[in-house]
Amino acid sequence: MSSEKIDVRYVAKLARIALTDEEVDRFGVQLGDLLQHVNRLGDLDTNAVPAAAQVVESRNVEREDVVRPCLDRETVLAEAPQRQGAFFRVPRIIAQE
Amino acid sequence: MATEIFERPAAQIARDVNARAISAREVTDAALEQIDRVDERIGALLTPLHEGARRQADRVDARVRAGEHLPLAGVTAAIKDNMCLTGTRTTCASKILERWVAPYTATAVQRLMDAGAVVVGKANLDEFAMGSSCENSALGVTRNPYDFERVPGGSSGGSAAAVAAFEAGVALGSDTGGSIREPGAFCNLIGFKPTYGRVSRYGLIAFASSLDQIGPLTRTVEDAALVYDAIAGYDCMDSTSIDRPLEPSAGGLLDSLGGLKIGIVRQFDTRELGDDIDEVYDRAYHDLQALGAELHDVSLPTADYGLATYYLIAPAECSSNLARFDGVRYGLRVDAPDVQTMYERTRAAGFGPEVKRRILIGTYALSSGYYDAYYVRAQKARTLAARDFEKAFEECDLIACPAASSPAFRFNAKSDPYSMYMMDYYTIPMSLAGLPALSVPCGWVTPPGGTRPLPMGLQLCAPIFGEKLLLGAAHAYERATQHAGKHAPLTELSGR
Repeated sequence: MSSEKIDVRYVAKLARIALTDEEVDRFGVQLGDLLQHVNRLGDLDTNAVPAAAQVVESRNVEREDVVRPCLDRETVLAEAPQRQGAFFRVPRIIAQE
Repeated sequence: MATEIFERPAAQIARDVNARAISAREVTDAALEQIDRVDERIGALLTPLHEGARRQADRVDARVRAGEHLPLAGVTAAIKDNMCLTGTRTTCASKILERWVAPYTATAVQRLMDAGAVVVGKANLDEFAMGSSCENSALGVTRNPYDFERVPGGSSGGSAAAVAAFEAGVALGSDTGGSIREPGAFCNLIGFKPTYGRVSRYGLIAFASSLDQIGPLTRTVEDAALVYDAIAGYDCMDSTSIDRPLEPSAGGLLDSLGGLKIGIVRQFDTRELGDDIDEVYDRAYHDLQALGAELHDVSLPTADYGLATYYLIAPAECSSNLARFDGVRYGLRVDAPDVQTMYERTRAAGFGPEVKRRILIGTYALSSGYYDAYYVRAQKARTLAARDFEKAFEECDLIACPAASSPAFRFNAKSDPYSMYMMDYYTIPMSLAGLPALSVPCGWVTPPGGTRPLPMGLQLCAPIFGEKLLLGAAHAYERATQHAGKHAPLTELSGR
């Protein structure tokens, strides 16, 4: 298993979390420490073992594709940080020229 | 026998309310008074629901008067604040959801209320259920009712403290790696995690979807069985919920363990936990034997890898589940000129350090180049964990082991994240294997430097769908040993 150091800034970018320099340092040490512990899994022989996403029996569930009542739009939009009419409003997504 | 209304077992309350010897409203008012008296000190509840509870209680009384028999008539309940209840704020003890009002109700909560229970409050937790002490809550401190200098356990710490301090008759918690069982042990309660999929997760705000399971925290096994029977069963709103007949467990409570084989796990050597704790578990295993059980030495060869497996799978799933908190549709938003910066600032301000740590480790484990080395390998280790139990259960009906390695610890005692993770050492293997397991009070230990005896929990575990036997056996043990009643929570709580 990998023993590389985590590039905390890069991972934080992927996770969409802004970190302070202090957090980058602290999390870097703590996550490196945790990785050392989880690297123990490398000792297990798992070559012939199937991966399990879930252990209890499960099957694909389907239902009739029929219209059913759902949450009221106003109730849901009342929780929006910012709205415009029937829409969620967000800051600019495409950069301005 | 307890005389104060709020001290009575839920089973007794339900019997009396159904018989109209007492009203749900009286029971509810007694619990609300107790909340007003002690919760300032305990901090179990993030949102007490005085008005809603009185309205619910009146409806229960009307249903009883109309001739309905309700299995939880008038039983007061605290709900961990990661479960939705229409019209009440549901925070996950996080700043990112601090003011979010749920527009729908979780199936388990709805079923509890349908059975006659009255929700008196939403209980504190470690933020997004990530932690083992409740110290990761961004919204409040919860104290252990048996020692105010100590944590109630976690992540369902508010639920546990509320029931232990008689603020509610029962509580719902959620367990991902031990979050019901450990606080149950720390607060002298039954903490019961059913088989994965037995209780619908609809309306439970997801942490690690392949592990999360809702279950009860109660003062007696009979109460746990009543709550479980009310909330369990198939729900079309949760595609992982299991469509398979349920055997009511409340009718299967045993008085003896005659004919049962109970496995003692070779890898869990309690001598490593110190003489006092070793003595408690040694006594517990002897008591199981005295009740007629045959003890068998069983092996879980990969148990020691459970923590490593869990701390890849759970963060990976959490990093994916918590991606929805981005400041767009609900919850906190920190404004910024462009959407990318808005996401980053919102999540930086909204999540606490433990949640950030887990999102980061999970994102890393799922990122390109590391997926096979970490996530897939952990999924394979999970298969091995399940096989360990399958093999062990060829030789026994139930497994017994500690619920936690120590009694409740002091605040700030586990400042290093990994030392906190170690608290789930005994509970994680069962979670990985999806098994039903519970903690039942098994004795008292005064820790070094401690001022009073603190409760310890015995963990019992059954094969998948073995809830009825599990609760039945726990009842026999509880009845014979009566550990829970040996010490009361701090006397100023009794209200007398």
